[in-house]
Amino acid sequence: MAETAQAPETQGDDETKRDFLILATTAVGALGTALFAWPLIDSMNPAADVLALSSAEVDLSSIEEGQSVTIKWRGRPVFVRRRTQAEIDEAGSIKIINLPDPEDDAARAQRPEWLILVGVCTHLGCIPLGQKSTDPRGEFGGWFCPCHGSHYDTSGRIRKGPAPKNLEVPVYTFLDDNTVRIG
Amino acid sequence: MSSAPEFKNPIVRWIDYRLPVFSYMHEEYQNYPMPKNLNYFWNFGALATIALVLLLVTGIVLAMHYTPHVDLAFDSVERIRREVNFGWLLQYLHANGASMFFAVVYIHIFRGIYYGSYKAPRELLWILGVVILLAMMATAFMGYVLPWGQMSFWAATVITNLFSAIPGIGEAIVTWLWGGFSVDNPTLNRFYAFHYLLPFVLLGVVILHVIALHVHGSNNPDGIDLTGPQDSVPFHPYFTAKDSVGTGVFLLILAALVFYAPNYLNHPDNTIPADALQTPAHIVPEWYFLPFYAILRAIPDKLFGVIAMFSSILVLFVLPWLDTAKVRSARYRPLFRWFFWLLVADSILLGACGANAPEGVWLILSRAGTAYYFLHFLVVIPALGLLETPRTPPTSISQPVLATGNDPSPGAQASGGNQ
Repeated sequence: MAETAQAPETQGDDETKRDFLILATTAVGALGTALFAWPLIDSMNPAADVLALSSAEVDLSSIEEGQSVTIKWRGRPVFVRRRTQAEIDEAGSIKIINLPDPEDDAARAQRPEWLILVGVCTHLGCIPLGQKSTDPRGEFGGWFCPCHGSHYDTSGRIRKGPAPKNLEVPVYTFLDDNTVRIG
Repeated sequence: MSSAPEFKNPIVRWIDYRLPVFSYMHEEYQNYPMPKNLNYFWNFGALATIALVLLLVTGIVLAMHYTPHVDLAFDSVERIRREVNFGWLLQYLHANGASMFFAVVYIHIFRGIYYGSYKAPRELLWILGVVILLAMMATAFMGYVLPWGQMSFWAATVITNLFSAIPGIGEAIVTWLWGGFSVDNPTLNRFYAFHYLLPFVLLGVVILHVIALHVHGSNNPDGIDLTGPQDSVPFHPYFTAKDSVGTGVFLLILAALVFYAPNYLNHPDNTIPADALQTPAHIVPEWYFLPFYAILRAIPDKLFGVIAMFSSILVLFVLPWLDTAKVRSARYRPLFRWFFWLLVADSILLGACGANAPEGVWLILSRAGTAYYFLHFLVVIPALGLLETPRTPPTSISQPVLATGNDPSPGAQASGGNQ
């Protein structure tokens, strides 16, 4: 301090050095704090055990034509429907260019007979009705979401209502003719 | 105003010399000058504070009996209602107290709009109030999820799914909010943590709100500034007394709800344990969210519905700058007064729309209601300030009284010993 008071030149140097030190310290401090935010944020993402529980096997042998079953996968329902020939034909005959979310039925079902979908409405996450034979199936013979009135067709595609996308098709593999693994 | 009094008690004097809490209380809550023409609508700030304290106290005790786990939460709430000593009282006070908190705050907000309390120099006070409203909504929503009934579960699902409307990163945000691939145990745990934390954040913002209020003081029904000591009376005993009357009415209504209709505002579906595979036929939020829910459903596009719903609150942040009128109080704004009541009616209409399925006439009404809501703030309010000819407010609060030669002002004896 005494030196700086004597020589104006050194004072200038000192001030530059001090500015630099303040800047560097602030930058390291801010960056370090910001970096520590990431573990806090990421800890709220799905944990390892939640990720591990991500496949389910379904026995298809007991499902009759025209029937649907619901299984639980990753805490959400998965719809497995054994479609009738009429349903398959209807799903295949639509001009997809007119749909809100154009997708070919062939691209949505590995085997046309088996339609496998995540049973969660793409609007705000309700479970659409249509799994039981007594349920309303909407205007297009697939599923109908009671919350905000979205209609899905026999391929699970959105046809009418506020939902923006088709019902999601999960990743699945046919292990043999009677077993499918979802996830 | 007057400086701190000389305290008689030597211990008080000793403490106050080192930490002037007693001087502060005297200055801000005893001697504090309040406009002398305040009506009962100025009770609602104090009532909101009382509701918040009630919720904090009952909530902390309820937390001692509650278990935040998907398999145990529902039963632990039922246990509070049936087994815990006075648990039924605490739980019903907490649930109905939240409704009363919203009712009081909504009246407080409409009072601010009617009398122009958001105008300069009280813009920041108003903005802090909107922050409080947002924090209340987040807290109430997460609290509603904790009992883990069907409505809890599906409210959590629908509301968190609102964020999936964000293009590109929406799905990742929702997965992050859930801590999984659906609303499940991690979601319940974090909602519990935030439901406990946020009320204290809220309390902090309330303290800032009051500090900002005490800089320029309360607005008043005439919407004019104080011109001198003849326009004001000290907070104590005049407004401690007036607020006590309102508090009595507030507690009577709360008690009527708690003791005679504790589940009147609740939904029967929430007494069914949460089921991830079965959505209830009609999902409706608590009454205080119905107008916002109506706005969400009025718009046939997911993203724009969500944007409109959030905008309906965000628009309040800029209200002080949307309002171009120089005169604060609706008392002296003949046209604004009509549009104010139209806004109140519109909010009630939207509430009714939110309670009904968005079909037929209700869908049309909710669209009309949503359109008017935004027109009111974005077109009517800015235009009125330019087109309307306001009446001239009195030059001071005392003027109309003094002019009639009949002065009931208790200001003169304010510092006296009528205690």
